Amino acid sequence: MSETRSDIPASLLALRRLQALRARYPMSSRILGRLGLSLLLLFASSVLIFCGIEALPGDFASTYLGQAATPQAVANIRAELGLDEPMVSRYLAWAGGILQGDFGTSWASGQVIADQLWSRMGNSLLLAGCAAVIAVPLAVGLGLVAVLYRDRWPDKLINMVSLAAVSLPEFFVAYLLILWLVVQTPLAVFPATVYDSMSLIEKLHTIALPVATLVLVVIAHMMRMTRAAILSLLSQAYMETAALKGLGAWRIILRHAMPNALAPIINVVALNLAYLIVGVVVVEVVFVYPGMGQYMVDAVTVRDLPVVQGCGLVFAAIYILLNMTADILSIFANPRLRHPR
Amino acid sequence: MKQTLKTIPVSAWVGILGITVCVLGALLAPWVAPYDPNVVLGAPWAERSAEFPLGLDNLGRDLLSRLIWGARMTLFVAVVATLLAFTLGVVLSLVAAVMRGLVDVGLSRLNDLLMSIPTLIFALIVLSALPQTLGVLIVVMAVLDATRVFRLGRALAMDLVAMEFVEAARLRGERTLWIVFREVLPNALTPLLAEFGLRLAFAVLFISTLSFLGLGIQPPTPDWGGMVKDNKDGIIFGVSAALVPGMAIAVLTVSINLVVDWLLKRTSSLKGGRGDG
Repeated sequence: MSETRSDIPASLLALRRLQALRARYPMSSRILGRLGLSLLLLFASSVLIFCGIEALPGDFASTYLGQAATPQAVANIRAELGLDEPMVSRYLAWAGGILQGDFGTSWASGQVIADQLWSRMGNSLLLAGCAAVIAVPLAVGLGLVAVLYRDRWPDKLINMVSLAAVSLPEFFVAYLLILWLVVQTPLAVFPATVYDSMSLIEKLHTIALPVATLVLVVIAHMMRMTRAAILSLLSQAYMETAALKGLGAWRIILRHAMPNALAPIINVVALNLAYLIVGVVVVEVVFVYPGMGQYMVDAVTVRDLPVVQGCGLVFAAIYILLNMTADILSIFANPRLRHPR
Repeated sequence: MKQTLKTIPVSAWVGILGITVCVLGALLAPWVAPYDPNVVLGAPWAERSAEFPLGLDNLGRDLLSRLIWGARMTLFVAVVATLLAFTLGVVLSLVAAVMRGLVDVGLSRLNDLLMSIPTLIFALIVLSALPQTLGVLIVVMAVLDATRVFRLGRALAMDLVAMEFVEAARLRGERTLWIVFREVLPNALTPLLAEFGLRLAFAVLFISTLSFLGLGIQPPTPDWGGMVKDNKDGIIFGVSAALVPGMAIAVLTVSINLVVDWLLKRTSSLKGGRGDG
């Protein structure tokens, strides 16, 4: 007890010093805080993914054995998979392994998960990366055009097409493209199965259709959000002033709106890149593409929990990382935080 | 009322028409559908004919009948899940905003945690452990959707709670639930209605996606996403049977979005905004 009592002034002092540091370095302290929050979120979601599944009533051993599930057989399988140990020690073993790059072995195939996961993640990132490189500039550009020609026909056209595109399920877009570009005019390849031995050009040709699908789905979301972000900016008083001063439309947008629009646009882009992660799952299944999404869906179908947990954690980590990057970039883009108070 | 009817734009009428067709098809399925959806009537992927207006599916079942019965399943799951999500999300968010303090912090952090994993990935993880029954599906969808509703509801309610009339109710000594349902909720209703539409469209897409991946509604019960999955192999041979249910999903979600678009425009002009902000 006496220790804590003598600690109080010291901790108060530390707190005050921390506040002084925060006032002095507003940007770095916010970035550090955001990094810490992401780490915490990653830890919490790993607990959720691991313990959440374990706490649910489904039991792999009885599902796996089916009719042959005698109590003795179930107990044997549980002991073999290590399911009879307490949950906390199993979580620690699992998380510790992942920190060293070991995701365990698959229950269904008995193979090491990490090997599969890394090669499939490379494939998925290739797919998502190509889609992002095409979609981001196109979407932001179209969003700007829509704002510039607000309420005239280019805006209305873009608005209508994107409303339809937002509403279409990914697999519908994918099969439409397959029907047009593979069956009716043989321009692209289906299924988009890539091998390690393929050259980059061959790979790119093979993934053209899945990339096109992802671009179509993501671009509409991104464009609508860019348009909304810039429009809400345009209703600010200083924008009105700029217009009343008689400045040209492009000058207003590039000089006055852009610096302030940067943070919301960065957010829009990151949010949609995160959306790409989910889109990848469906598109990979449609095109029989050997990526992480397909891996996870297959594992869910046979209830291969270690694979599901591993894939789930990687997906969550990428998602958290993207959101963190967006927040940190918008902290950088905020000029108010550049100078110490 | 007449005034309001006249101000509804054409796009919203198209949306209302699309939704009405889907809902009528779903409600009247036993009387409208020409055949039993699970009976094999001919060769797989038979062409369109006077007998079978949309042709037959991969097993030789009537596509039109399955489409109509599928509307019932898809709409039922989407509507129930969205209603459940809304009840859960709205009540919790309003309670968080009115009670503040630890309750608010606890609920908000839990919400952040659930939202830190992408929805589809989260659903896949949960469905890998749980039995894939209808009830489980609906509850999983509802809980995941409730996180989005919670965030919007809390933001709306936070603004409202700061108003004088809530302050006044508090000083009168009204109970928390009274404040939630009589003071805050009525004022948050219109934006929440638009959000309901968005969530409903999302739920239709989501259940279809899950069924398409083989993890949603289990065969032989017809539903639109599952029908795309059943017929997808035909695409390579130029059989467009998989596109018909896909088209139905698209028509329904586009219709919902058209109505939501109009609702959102109406709310922003009510607030004195510039219409498109």
